[in-house]
Amino acid sequence: MTPAPDILLLSAILVPFLGALIIPLFHRRPNLREAVTIITALALGASVLGLLAPTLAGLRPRVQIIEVLPGLALAFEVEPLGMLFALVASLLWVVNSIYSIGYMRSNEEPRQTGYYVCFAIALGSTMGVAFAKNLFTLFLFYEVLTISTYPLVTHHRDAEAMRAGRLYLIMLLGASLVLFLPAIVATWVLAGTVDFVSGGVLGGKASGPLIALLLGLYLFGVGKAAVMPLHFWLPAAMVAPTPVSALLHAVAVVKAGVFTIAKLAFYTFGLDTLSAPGVSGWAVYLASACIVAASLIALTRGNLKARLAYSTVSQLAYVVLGAVIASPLALSGSGMHIVMHAFGKITLFFCAGAIYVAHHKTEIAELDGIGRLMPVTMLAFFVASLSIIGLPPLGGTWSKWMLALAAVDRGYMVAVAALMLSSLLNVFYLLSIVARAFFLPPAGAAAGAPVKIAEAPLACLIPLSLTALASAALFFIPDRIEALLLRLFAGS
Amino acid sequence: MRAVWPHLPALQVVIPLLGAAVVAFMRRGAHAFALALTLTWAMPVIAIALLWQTLTGGPISYHLGGWEPPWGIEYRIDALNGFVLVLVSAVSAVMMPYAHRSIAREVEERKQAWFYCMYLLCLCGLLGITITGDAFNAFVFLEISSLSTYVLIALGHDRRALLAAFQYLIMGTIGATFYVIGVGLLYLMTGSLNLADMAARLGPMWDENARTAIAALAFITVGVSLKLALFPLHVWLPNAYAYAPSWATAFLSATATKVAVYLLVRYVFSVFGAALDIGALPITEIIIALSLAAMFIASFIAVFETHLKRMLAYSSVGQIGYITLGIGLANQSGLTGGLVHLVNHAVMKAALFLAAGAVFYRIGTVRLEQLAGLGRRMPLTVAAFAVAGFGLVGAPGTAGFISKWYLAVGALEPGWWWLVFLIVGSSLLALVYVGRVLEVTCLREPGPELAKASDPPLAMLAPLLLFAAATVYFGFDTEWTAGIAGTAAKALLAGLR
Repeated sequence: MTPAPDILLLSAILVPFLGALIIPLFHRRPNLREAVTIITALALGASVLGLLAPTLAGLRPRVQIIEVLPGLALAFEVEPLGMLFALVASLLWVVNSIYSIGYMRSNEEPRQTGYYVCFAIALGSTMGVAFAKNLFTLFLFYEVLTISTYPLVTHHRDAEAMRAGRLYLIMLLGASLVLFLPAIVATWVLAGTVDFVSGGVLGGKASGPLIALLLGLYLFGVGKAAVMPLHFWLPAAMVAPTPVSALLHAVAVVKAGVFTIAKLAFYTFGLDTLSAPGVSGWAVYLASACIVAASLIALTRGNLKARLAYSTVSQLAYVVLGAVIASPLALSGSGMHIVMHAFGKITLFFCAGAIYVAHHKTEIAELDGIGRLMPVTMLAFFVASLSIIGLPPLGGTWSKWMLALAAVDRGYMVAVAALMLSSLLNVFYLLSIVARAFFLPPAGAAAGAPVKIAEAPLACLIPLSLTALASAALFFIPDRIEALLLRLFAGS
Repeated sequence: MRAVWPHLPALQVVIPLLGAAVVAFMRRGAHAFALALTLTWAMPVIAIALLWQTLTGGPISYHLGGWEPPWGIEYRIDALNGFVLVLVSAVSAVMMPYAHRSIAREVEERKQAWFYCMYLLCLCGLLGITITGDAFNAFVFLEISSLSTYVLIALGHDRRALLAAFQYLIMGTIGATFYVIGVGLLYLMTGSLNLADMAARLGPMWDENARTAIAALAFITVGVSLKLALFPLHVWLPNAYAYAPSWATAFLSATATKVAVYLLVRYVFSVFGAALDIGALPITEIIIALSLAAMFIASFIAVFETHLKRMLAYSSVGQIGYITLGIGLANQSGLTGGLVHLVNHAVMKAALFLAAGAVFYRIGTVRLEQLAGLGRRMPLTVAAFAVAGFGLVGAPGTAGFISKWYLAVGALEPGWWWLVFLIVGSSLLALVYVGRVLEVTCLREPGPELAKASDPPLAMLAPLLLFAAATVYFGFDTEWTAGIAGTAAKALLAGLR
């Protein structure tokens, strides 16, 4: 017998925070401590999976904790978009926890207890963002997510990490306080509610230019979506240990940003309001420009993680693009892309971390012949790259296809061109790494000479193989994801 | 009980007054503390009983000595001052247990009994200002609280405390003089000192006496603004807060300025606002402009302060700006935001100053550069500081968010987008000065001089943690904060002409 959906919903929110309380108790017993992390991740994954069936059946489990002000409550509700996001984040947390153990121990990183605690809090707040029933709840967990990831960004505590941490905090908290919060207040004053309602609450409540202004406040206020020019925090955050970059700065944190944009588009603005003439057109061009510009910058980055970070900035703009095109197809494309990019990008980061663990290399120029030393890792890198580029038979194909189709549908040819151009640029900046790894001889070795395989520990290798395989498997089940996303439109 | 019940308004003031007289004859600090603690704990019981009566049965009017108003002194309690009474008495009661250890550390043994005597007098003065419905009686209590405050500040361990107290003495006296001049002008025109009676008489005679009345309003506003440290009349505050004994700073920051704000609200809304169309005078515009200046300039100075208590003092000046901004907005949401920030700021600042006091108790300094890595040694203290600090920033899930929410809604109702951005923009400054402290204390490694530091004893720790917990609690359950503030705001706005 499965527990009632609202119990599962509560446990999905509470389990990670509970884990964060238990982890420090085993400060001196690292094996038990990591066991707690894994158990917490599994329990969370089970709770979220348990919510999938009711959501697919069209139910919307909800829980209200407390009404803070009249009409403003701390409340949660499971809806398809949040379900999808929570599913991705919680399942990848299990994989990432195993990877963390391999990475953190191999590198003998300091302050590991604090690391696992912050990670659990970050995942808990991600669940809060995913299942928020209104903008207040979302905003609350959005801020907790920023604050809980700050110690992870500054994990190394050196001057560079501190500088990056300051930028991270000021840009994310700053944008959310100065732009996001006024937008929420304005929504409250205009619509009289900040609840997420299918079809939106702003329709007919304000003039077109005012809605466009609100959209601008939200787009830039949700700094986690890394819409240019408010993206600088993301490359800076790469000073964190690689598992942080992998799960948080390729999946949970940044996806919380674009997920918020998608959710706002559907539940606050309403697709009809947003796609009215003169409202979101400018944002479509902005997102297209971001897609291309970030890809171009990625080309110029010689540090592997920095290149991946700019690639993320570009890919996030895909999701934003889908949200602001604001047609059902485009929004489904956005949802799909949240999933596809998550699996692809986490694999790439896992690979970058594995290379660092095994050979302490961070620059792309040093990766000559690394494919011969680490064939499994680089094969996974290759597969994930193809998914990011959007080539069949990998998951990324579908989301790009849907987004391009939606853009054509609405006549945004510039967006279509940006998508195509970006795919081309992806080929350059990702596959050039793969080519260098396999076709060039390792430094100091003659071409064709045998080299000894030196992979990262299994705790790193298994997770990255799993996520690479998943990227491929996702190509074959887009209908499952679509079935979930179609539930969005069933009610409205 | 039945005999005492109708006289609760008098007891609210008389108990600390008589207590102060008794304590004045005590020699031992511990005895004085025990009596002060007992009496302080009685205060919220009375205050809550009074507030409950007003919320269920309407305003209470108590005639002191049985003399009928407007000739006799009337104690008048409605939702607004009932709310402030509970705030002042409850905050004092919660932080009182902290005083014993902290004062023993910072004040000489032979002066400790004096400290508690002055504290009780100050409490009596603050509660008196709040409860009275009589303009001159308020002046008397204002002086009682001010004079005792000068002594409280001068008892600080640092010799600079004397200078700070003297500076405040000068400014405070000017403020009190201005206030009494204003009251004198009003008395001249209306022949009454009872606030409600004054308001009723002022209305009909406004036209022929407009200049005198405006002069009275100006004098009273300036005088009270000095007490509440409205920018630019705040210059006494940073030094006073920095060098007073830590506990006294926490007490004053949480109560004294709040009571002065109450007095301003009372005059602006219940006396002048009830007598004429307040919108015709530029007073709300002036208050908004000064509030904004406080929010930005004082917070900006706080960013560069390296003395923790001075930093918090400048932050107080900035935060008072939020409260007065709500008064200046003078609409339902804005005024609610200002009034609820009275409580929220009191709770948060109490936590912050008590945390600073705990740091001083353990390591004898509150200079930022010497606090590196303190989070490792005093984790609970720093955690409480962090929670209350995020409250100042207005992070959601803290009391500060509720205040900013109401203020922002209040600013947007007349369509003032620019003001919304200024309100949230100033919280960035709070983020910087709070973040700076947290970065130093949490992300650096502790030096050898902190080797023996640890969280303070339970009697100090418990109030500190309680205030930090309240910062979070009032971020979610707002029935007793925003709820009552909303009721009070509604009554004030309904009384406007």
